[in-house]
Amino acid sequence: MTAGTTTPVQRSQSGLLLPAALLVGLLALLGWQAGALRLPAADGMAPVPQTVRIAPRPYAYRAVGSFLSDGAVVDGPLIEVATPAPLELMTYQVSVGEYARCVAAAACRPAQPRRGADRPDLPVTGVSHDDAMRYADWLGAATGAAWRLPTVAEWVFAAGSRAGDDALGLVANTANPAERWLAAYAQETAAATGAAAQPLPRGTGGLNEHGVADLAGPVWEWTATCDGRTTLAPDGSVLRRLEACGAHYLEGRHRAVMTNFVRDAASGGCSTGLPPDNLGFRLVREPGWVGTVAGWWAGLFGGR
Amino acid sequence: MDRQDDFNVSRRALLAGAAFAGVLGTVLATVPTAGQEEAMETGPAPDLASLPHEKVTLVAPPFVHPHQQVSAGGPRVVEFVMTIEEKELVIDEYGTTVHAMTFNGSVPGPLMVVHQDDYVELTLINPDSNMLQHNIDFHSSTGALGGGALTLINPGEQVKLRWRATRPGVFVYHCAPGGPMIPWHVVSGMNGAIMVLPRDGLKDGRGNPLRYDKVYYVGEQDFYVPRDEEGNFKTYESAGDGYDDMVKVMRTLTPSHVVFNGAVGALTGENAMTSKVGETVLIVHSQANRDTRPHLIGGHGDHVWQGGKFNNAPDVDLETWFIAGGSAGAALYTFLQPGIYAYVNHNLIEAVELGATAHFMVEGEWNDDLMVQVQAPTPIGG
Repeated sequence: MTAGTTTPVQRSQSGLLLPAALLVGLLALLGWQAGALRLPAADGMAPVPQTVRIAPRPYAYRAVGSFLSDGAVVDGPLIEVATPAPLELMTYQVSVGEYARCVAAAACRPAQPRRGADRPDLPVTGVSHDDAMRYADWLGAATGAAWRLPTVAEWVFAAGSRAGDDALGLVANTANPAERWLAAYAQETAAATGAAAQPLPRGTGGLNEHGVADLAGPVWEWTATCDGRTTLAPDGSVLRRLEACGAHYLEGRHRAVMTNFVRDAASGGCSTGLPPDNLGFRLVREPGWVGTVAGWWAGLFGGR
Repeated sequence: MDRQDDFNVSRRALLAGAAFAGVLGTVLATVPTAGQEEAMETGPAPDLASLPHEKVTLVAPPFVHPHQQVSAGGPRVVEFVMTIEEKELVIDEYGTTVHAMTFNGSVPGPLMVVHQDDYVELTLINPDSNMLQHNIDFHSSTGALGGGALTLINPGEQVKLRWRATRPGVFVYHCAPGGPMIPWHVVSGMNGAIMVLPRDGLKDGRGNPLRYDKVYYVGEQDFYVPRDEEGNFKTYESAGDGYDDMVKVMRTLTPSHVVFNGAVGALTGENAMTSKVGETVLIVHSQANRDTRPHLIGGHGDHVWQGGKFNNAPDVDLETWFIAGGSAGAALYTFLQPGIYAYVNHNLIEAVELGATAHFMVEGEWNDDLMVQVQAPTPIGG
C-alpha cells in the first residue's frame, strides 16, 4: 500500500457542525413526524415498515470499489465522516410477507428464494438490485414517503460494530499479484466459516448498538453504491474514477459486488471467490417535509 | 420371495430381498454353473504366508494414506478395513440433506493405494446399525462381479475378500447389491477409488520416471434429490422412504447436485486444497456414474492418464481431460504461478450452478515471463 492510502481522508457530508441543542431539537421534530406517519394506514396504503433513526456521529468506512496506485491493486482509503446526516433505516430487512404485497400489486416480480426460505417472517431473498429498486418505488407510492437503498457509507454508519473492513493491509506488490488474491480468499473464508447460510426469521440476529436488526447474518443487503475503479495519485488523492453501475455492492459479512439482475449469488460470483449466501435488502426513508425544513433551518443556523 | 405373503415385512427386509434377487439374477446369467462359482470361491489359495503383510489405515478424501511411489520389494499382502456407514449428509450450503451410503463414512470412500501384483485384502463391515445390504465391486479386480458376488453382507455381518491387483492404474470401486439397488447405492455416495501404482512408479511415455510431491483424491458425485410441488428439496425419515421419489429423479438423468467430495464447497474455503509453486501434484479424479471433464483454471495437465491406466502413455499438456462415467483418471501438474486456482468440471453449469468446483491455494513467487499485466485497467484511450 502506498503511504497516501493510509492517510484518512477528512470529509464532512453536510459541511456543518451543529450546536448540540439544535441537534436535539431536530431529532425531536423528526420523531414527531415519524410518529404521525405511523398512524393506521388509509385505504390502499401499505403499513409503514418499522424504522430506526440513527443520530449523527463521526464514523469511518473503507472506500468502495477497486483501487489502483502506481499500477498495483491497493486497499481503498479509509474515509472518515465527521458529521454525517441523520439516517432513518428499516429496523429489519424487507420480509417475504412485505415483498409479497408488492408482487400482489403487480409492481414487483416474484422473488426466487432458496429452499425453505419462503416463509412470510423470513427476510426476502432471491431478489436482485433491480427488484429492490422496484420495491422502493412501490413502497414510496404505497406509503406516501420516499424510500431508497442505502449507500455503502450509510450501511456502514448504521451497522456500527457489525460492519467489517475488507482492507487487506498488504504492501503494494506489482511483482506478485497473487498475494492479494490469496489474502482476500483467506479473509472471505474466515468471514464465512461456521455461519448459517439459510435465512433466519427476522430478529434472530439481534439488534446492534443503534437498534438495527440482523446485520451481517446469512442475508447480504443490496446498496445504492455502484461498482467502479479508482486510480490514486502517489499522494493518495483521486486521479480518476470510472463508475460501473451495471453492478452494485452488497454489504454483509463481507462486501461483495454483483451484477444488477442477479438474484442468486451462486450464479453471479466468480470462479474463485466465495459468493454471498443470500441476496436481500432494507431501505432508507428519506426525510419528509419536516426533515427537509429542519435541514434548511440547520443550513441557515450553520451560516450557509 | 415373501413380499406378497408377509405384509409385516420390514422395509429393510424388502430392500434386502430385492437386492438379493438382483444379485442372484446377475450371477446366474454370467456364471454358467454353480460348480464353477464354487470352484472360484474355494480354489487353491496362493501361498501368501511368505509374503510381507502390511496393514493400512485409510484416511478421508481428499487426503490419501501414506505410501511409497516406488515399491521397495516384491508383492505384499495389503490389508484394509472399511466400515459401511449409512448416514444423513448435508450436501449444500442451504442444508439440503441426503441419506448417504458410504464406505468408511465419507463420499467418496477413501482412496486405497497398492502396487501392481500386490494382494488387496479387504475386511468389509456392515454394522447392525445400518438398514441395508451392501457389497463392493472393485473395477480393478478380476472375477465375481468385481468381488460383488462374494461380499454381499447384511447389517451385522462382515466379510473378507482378497484379490490380486494385476493392472496398474486408478480404478473405481462401488457398491452393487443387485438390480435397482445398484444405481441407487452409487448415487447415494457409495463409491470410491483404488490406485494401483506400477512397482517402479509412474512414467511418462518414454520411460522417464514421474513423481509427485502431493496427491489429492477428488471424487465427483451426482445427487438426485427430489423436490416438492413448490420446487423445494424434500427430506425423508429414512433412505427407504425417499427411494421411490429418488428413482423418478434418477430416471430423468438430470442431477440436482454435482459435487466434489460429497457436498457443495467441500473443497473450497477452509477446505481448499493447497500447493506451492514448483510442487508437483497428482490429482486422482473418479466418477462412478457419469461422464466428467476436469479442468484446472489457470493451469494444465502436464501428464494425464484420462483413462486412468498407467500402462498407457499419459497425454501431455492437456487443457481439459475426459473421465468416462464408471472410471477414474489421474492428472499430474507442477504449479508454476501462485494464486487461487479453481479445479472444476468444465461443464460450467455443473461447476457453478450444481456445485462441481474445488479450489487450490498456491503460494509462491509470480513469474512475469509467463504472464504480466502490461497496463492496469484505465479508461479507454487514457
